[in-house]
Amino acid sequence: MSARPAKLTRDTSWKHEATGLAWISPWVIGFLAFTAGPIVMSLYYSVTDYSLLEKPVFIGAENYQRLARDEIFVGALKNTLWYAAVSIPLGTIFAIILAAMLNTRIKARALFRAAMFIPTLVPIVASAMVWSWLLNGQIGLLNQALGWIGIKGPDWLGDRHVAMWALILMSVWGAGNAVVIYLAALQDVPTSLYEAADLDGVTWIGKFWHVTLPMISPVILFNVITSIIGTLQVFAVPYIMTGGGPDRSTYFFTMYLYDNAFRYLNMGYASAMAWVQLVIILALTALTFWLSRKLVFYRSA
Amino acid sequence: MGKGDEGSAGRDIGLASRTAIYSMLGFVAVLFVAPLVWMFSTSIKPADQALSTPPRLLPSPASDTLKIASENYQAVWNDPVVDFPLYFRNTLIVAVLSVIGMVLSSAIVAYGFARVKWRGKKWVFPVMLATMMIPFPVVMVPLYVIFKQLGWIGTFSPLWIPAWFGGAFNIFMLRQFYMTIPKELDEAARIDGCTHWGIFWRIILPLSRPALTVVALFHFIGVWNDFLGPLIFLNDRDQFTLALGLQLYQSQTGNTPWHLLMAASTMVVAPVLVLFLLAQRTFIEGIATSGLKE
Repeated sequence: MSARPAKLTRDTSWKHEATGLAWISPWVIGFLAFTAGPIVMSLYYSVTDYSLLEKPVFIGAENYQRLARDEIFVGALKNTLWYAAVSIPLGTIFAIILAAMLNTRIKARALFRAAMFIPTLVPIVASAMVWSWLLNGQIGLLNQALGWIGIKGPDWLGDRHVAMWALILMSVWGAGNAVVIYLAALQDVPTSLYEAADLDGVTWIGKFWHVTLPMISPVILFNVITSIIGTLQVFAVPYIMTGGGPDRSTYFFTMYLYDNAFRYLNMGYASAMAWVQLVIILALTALTFWLSRKLVFYRSA
Repeated sequence: MGKGDEGSAGRDIGLASRTAIYSMLGFVAVLFVAPLVWMFSTSIKPADQALSTPPRLLPSPASDTLKIASENYQAVWNDPVVDFPLYFRNTLIVAVLSVIGMVLSSAIVAYGFARVKWRGKKWVFPVMLATMMIPFPVVMVPLYVIFKQLGWIGTFSPLWIPAWFGGAFNIFMLRQFYMTIPKELDEAARIDGCTHWGIFWRIILPLSRPALTVVALFHFIGVWNDFLGPLIFLNDRDQFTLALGLQLYQSQTGNTPWHLLMAASTMVVAPVLVLFLLAQRTFIEGIATSGLKE
């Protein structure tokens, strides 16, 4: 906004740079020490044999070649991608529908919203405990409830064909965060657009499709991307609830990485996995941006 | 601001669809809250009733509720192996140290991006945003090695010292908030001879209290809930945080009775829920704005 004289900034330019850097220096130091440094180290470890007890020994691309042949790794990767591919669209659609319902003229909106948001605050370990209890095959509340309507519930966490679905179901419980964000986005859509659509006799489905979705599309994109980054790292819930089982049917990428690093002390191998994870996340993020470029509508303010 | 309150906002709809929406929202809301209600309900029942069918909310006879509840919670609190009082204390220490560092440093760094004029920020700012995409598992192995060399493994240090260097997301959020504070305020202060530090301390910080509260709250909850960090960096039981303690409680006996496990879970969840009830608006607005307005 301010139009400071140009010559002033030019003369003392170096000083401004120094001042700016000084202000952000905590982050710069932290970035170098806890992010950039470790990333470079990780890249180096990934081409070594490193047990933590002895110095890393350079072995070239061997770790990466081993990964390609490692059935456990491929299985964990498949599980992770499958989990993300189902839970992200499911969670997104569910959250948008809930937010749209909350955005109608209803009473007690704050109450409904709070009910949906609260589960996102529950510590992961505690929610893992609660869900282990709810999903217990014999005495869990869920199977009891299913029993009342005549359905014999499966052994949710003990059946290799079902355990993954149990975790996906559980992930939907955390949709409240997205509901709050989508609701805020919906409330930002100018009512004039709906009024104009009403004049043209557009149905509510039409309005949702042609007005609402395009107007909140940048927020959807943002949410999907953060979900991709988060979901591909899933660790604590399966680690605590299933330990990756049964038969490694819920064994995920980060769990295998953790096991290699801290249980088998294969730090080099684990680092190679870390780099594969980083590349996958960057690639999927880029892909999502690319796919969305025609779908996302940016309001020119 | 003040969004999402009843009445005014929202789109008008007919009576039939309104009824449908109420029932669907009610159904979903009940489903979302049910697991927590059931957790609490199990925690106030005696062992044999935890498994009873059909399920009941209160123990029978209901007049025993308080007695049984206090028995259960005392059993957990005084567990001979899993020292919950100590884990509460540990978690609080880590959380408080971490929150102070995170708020202070993020507030300072955000000032550098929002209020200091320098050309370098055009380059540094996007780099900072990009770091949000880096998954923790990618850096956790080297971090372990670094912390081991520093002698930090098995201490609280890895869990709070990094917070004193700011967090990219919090810096971003605070910077966005600072941008909404009128620049005229700074300029008036500068004419009065205020330095950057003076402007930051006397104008920006006091005006940013709502945003700083959001950062503090969410970071506190993040630390309270963190599992992977403590799992990797702590190895001594005396150092455990609540998240680890709860998991230890579940796994060590192999067969922890459900009613006690739910009492322990309730203890871990309760502080977070109390915080939410006290600061509901701050939470909701914090989440809503983090959903980003450009």
